Amino acid sequence: MKQELPVTHIRPQKSWFELGWGDVWQYRDLVAIFVRRDIVATYKQTVLGPLWYFISPILTTFIFTFVFGSVAKIPTSNIPGPVFYLSGLTLWNYFQSCFTGASSTFTANAALFGKVYFPRLASPLALVISNLVKFAIQFSILVAFSLIYHAKGAFVWSPGFKMLLLPMLVALMALLGLGAGIFISSLTTKYRDLAILVSFGTGLLMYITPVIYPMEALPIQGAWIIGLNPISPLVESFRTCFLGVGDLSWGGLAYSACFTLALLVMGSLLFNRTEKSFMDTV
Amino acid sequence: MHMKPAIEVKEVSKMYRLGQVGSATLKDDLVRGWHRLTKGKDPFTAQGQENDRSSAALNPYVWALKDINFEVMPGEVMGIIGKNGAGKSTLLKILSRVTTPSVGEVVLRGRVSSLLEVGTGFHPELTGRENIYLNGAILGMRRVEIQKKFDEIVAFAGVEKYVNTPVKRYSSGMYVRLAFAVAAHLEPEILIVDEVLAVGDAEFQKKCLGKMKAVSQEDGRTVLFVSHNMTAIRQLCSRCVVLKNGTVQTVGEPNATINTYLTTFDKHLLEKDWEEQNAPGNESLKLRSMTLCYADGERPTTGMFEITRDLVLRARYEVKEPMGPFTHGLSLFNEEEVNLFNSHDVTSSLRNEERKPAIYTIEAVIPGNLLSEGKFSISLTLFKKTPFEIFAQAEKVIQFSVVDEMTGRSARGDYAQGWPGMVRPLLQWSSKKDSL
Repeated sequence: MKQELPVTHIRPQKSWFELGWGDVWQYRDLVAIFVRRDIVATYKQTVLGPLWYFISPILTTFIFTFVFGSVAKIPTSNIPGPVFYLSGLTLWNYFQSCFTGASSTFTANAALFGKVYFPRLASPLALVISNLVKFAIQFSILVAFSLIYHAKGAFVWSPGFKMLLLPMLVALMALLGLGAGIFISSLTTKYRDLAILVSFGTGLLMYITPVIYPMEALPIQGAWIIGLNPISPLVESFRTCFLGVGDLSWGGLAYSACFTLALLVMGSLLFNRTEKSFMDTV
Repeated sequence: MHMKPAIEVKEVSKMYRLGQVGSATLKDDLVRGWHRLTKGKDPFTAQGQENDRSSAALNPYVWALKDINFEVMPGEVMGIIGKNGAGKSTLLKILSRVTTPSVGEVVLRGRVSSLLEVGTGFHPELTGRENIYLNGAILGMRRVEIQKKFDEIVAFAGVEKYVNTPVKRYSSGMYVRLAFAVAAHLEPEILIVDEVLAVGDAEFQKKCLGKMKAVSQEDGRTVLFVSHNMTAIRQLCSRCVVLKNGTVQTVGEPNATINTYLTTFDKHLLEKDWEEQNAPGNESLKLRSMTLCYADGERPTTGMFEITRDLVLRARYEVKEPMGPFTHGLSLFNEEEVNLFNSHDVTSSLRNEERKPAIYTIEAVIPGNLLSEGKFSISLTLFKKTPFEIFAQAEKVIQFSVVDEMTGRSARGDYAQGWPGMVRPLLQWSSKKDSL
């Protein structure tokens, strides 16, 4: 007896209550290959290759040090400017690349999506994973900077057990970027203006995230906005855990985690609804 | 056990909005949402008009497909034909899950892999090897499956030497071959192929057709095949669907279906009767009728004759006053107006006789296996050779087509590709072997 064939029903509209991650599991090999493709294709035929990932954060860090440290004199919790900025930027950059990448899922892949079916979520998921390479490179710069400034005696780097929390923070950030990205990408298929909003919105979002300043340096009346930003606790905790200074805000982390979960669920629902018919509107 | 169809298309319709998708859609979205809340019916679906390109769209909503119904059984090769804009691509997009129908349902039993465009998902920077894995995974294959089939795919595509070269360095032919090879070796239960064969060379096209045939006949898989190559459809498909303006015109056995389909474009005329006042001729001689049929008198309603069978041209003329001797002649033209041949009556008994007033019937047999596939027209002339004088002439009145229904008895044999030549005689070949 032949094994039972999988039966597919193609119907007009998918119900709202379908997350679609089960299909992605079926296609896990595709996710792996997409990750590989993203990484390989980025480096082929560029002169400096991955070196770009070193150059851009280092340059940014030095400009920040000059503008925010030397000119604006924003306090950095007694941590040397470059180390402070880099510790914020590393995770922030990861969020940013995940978010902007995922938010253009449909528009960037229109040609491919228009020709063949596979669970569309595989695309942003692969992107979030392949961005880890870039993150790892920047993380290694952060480690190098910390060691250098520690050796110079500019501050005392005392990483502790809290370092073990870092993977969880990165994972949360990945999911947050993914959730927000797929949410926006579903909307951009129909309303293109959102793409413009995303590009300058993320630039502004950084300023209400404690990347260039510590939470503790905030004036009381503005602090709540920064506190509402679900990225803030992640960036702040990342710095705390990595540098071993300050205290973790478990409440803030719980807030971020809940926010991430909610966004991810909403994003997936919307994404799944969009993927069925976006070819007609894109 | 009762077999269930591999593909069931039930009442499928698809509506598109013409023109800009922009601010107006947001407005329509709101209107639609409001109507749904209040009346429970989408006001725009009622307005949609049939997708006919010949008439200007009065309404921004158009049915690209309307009430499509058909079933494909496992192991069947189903052809889909239709003019550009008939809805073939939309149907394939729905079947391959790229988009959803507006109304109706499709049930697919088995894994589907679709080849809507050659090299879908190929990344130019990646090597042939990497792209095989990428493409295979996109089409739903597990890594181990691809590994098992890898050598076979590479061999079929004939790119052994280039597996480690980025595909952007491939020639377009290599690209196509590799893409088809991946799709054809996937072992999906259902394979959807859209006009990809137009790209490769004749040899590869033949290989692809062979592969598709093997996939269905040996492995019992279902193939859905869209093509404008009627010969390939005749050879490959067990049934075919004709789409017209987004609706199913006919479903059935390919030869009859294709002939009906082609008739909708081609004007054929197999029989002509003249009234007294407009009949070709002069006062003493009038052509009365002309007709083309098979030797047994049968006349295909579609105007298409099978290439291997003899055709008979029959004409009747009336002699009103006694006339001196004259003879009959016909000229045959192809679609490009090339005069393929002329024939004068040098055999019939009456040709040198004087004609008394009467109705005369003449017949000329055009042998089978002479004309090529295509469209032809026939002129008939009643004339005297010396001194040359034409009494009656009917120019290109009879118009008909010749098709090869792939019986295997024609000059084609089983070769389904393009076949040049103005005529297509079936020659007698012989061969022998001499020892060295």
